[in-house]
Amino acid sequence: MPFSLDCEQEVRRITARLLELVVDQFHRRGVVVAISGGVDSSVCASLACKAFGPARVLALLLPEKESSPQSTELGRRVAEQCGLPCIAQDITPVLEAIGCYAIRDQAIRAVISEYGPQWKNKVVISRGLEGRVHFFTLVVQAPDGRVLEKRLPHREYLQIVAAQNYKQRIRKAIEYFHADRLHYAVLGTPNRLEYDQGFFVKNGDGSADVKPIAHLYKTQVYALARHLGLPEEICASQPTSDTYSLSQSQDEFFFALPYDKMDLALWAHNHQIPAATLAERLGTEAEQAALIYRDIDAKRRSARYLHARPLLVSPVPEIQFLG
Amino acid sequence: MSDAKDLIRTYIVDNFLMGRRGDNLTSETSLLEKGILDSTGFLELICFLEERFGITVADEEMVPENLDTLNAIDAYVRRKAASGV
Repeated sequence: MPFSLDCEQEVRRITARLLELVVDQFHRRGVVVAISGGVDSSVCASLACKAFGPARVLALLLPEKESSPQSTELGRRVAEQCGLPCIAQDITPVLEAIGCYAIRDQAIRAVISEYGPQWKNKVVISRGLEGRVHFFTLVVQAPDGRVLEKRLPHREYLQIVAAQNYKQRIRKAIEYFHADRLHYAVLGTPNRLEYDQGFFVKNGDGSADVKPIAHLYKTQVYALARHLGLPEEICASQPTSDTYSLSQSQDEFFFALPYDKMDLALWAHNHQIPAATLAERLGTEAEQAALIYRDIDAKRRSARYLHARPLLVSPVPEIQFLG
Repeated sequence: MSDAKDLIRTYIVDNFLMGRRGDNLTSETSLLEKGILDSTGFLELICFLEERFGITVADEEMVPENLDTLNAIDAYVRRKAASGV
């Protein structure tokens, strides 16, 4: 089985490595972890607790007005279960002040002029696996329940994403504030699929000092969640973006398939499994599997920019990077 | 090169290559494979085609066969213009 994991051994390995990286390399005294209530940040918080002890892990709950209240509550339960000191801060006022919602809504109204207060929105990726060039559809819901959809022109798509990215970047600024005042390191919580395929915001949730589960497929993260005894609602949850006001799964917004199939596709591609073999496991056609591989490669190319450190015009050889 | 193809080529060179490496862009160069356009770039190109040539690119027409080379784009735009859509 491609995702079989000795959870106990993996927990020991990750916690030992966390100590090496945070204490020996960075000389920090603990870690800050923002918990969204999703499985990834919850597993990271639990691993951090095992590595450093609860007193040296600061949990942050950073919801905004469009966050799922259930997710925030789950995040609180994880912090309580692990015995972590926890600070909750609603970032809505900051986002409003910086124009996150207004700038996003301006772009939405340029596409669907009826859009107004109390409406909800989300962005859905096209089915690029049908061989088409990716595009995005704006989906809005009126207060009376009517749903309207329209393909997003590129300017409005970029403006919506840029505005929404404020959410992740503001959260990261707050994480580093606490890390600075406590002399802690900041944990990033992407899983392998997200890290590999660029499902993160540059200098937002993509920014961190250590990323404990970036090597683990989502399927394995769920296995660890169960092993660590996290709440059942988290272990059984479906990945969401929790970024847009209309409920939106990650495969609606970014990935072409549900996470379990994306995991399998990514693993197969990494192990040079022929598309025809993947197709059998996915219950689809070989041509479709080939398109999945092409999509994975395309997202990796795009992710290079997201992963890149600042590039220098001329090298400064005296400065060597860790990691 | 046809007028339409020349316009499209100039747009791609000016907007995506910043005027550089234009000699490497032939009529059969794959914009996808050469990394000249990413997914957002294609959305921008589609916007340009719609505004410049007065066509509407349908969702199902957003395929590499219509958009991945200068020749393909030129042929696609001509078909659309001829059909009046």
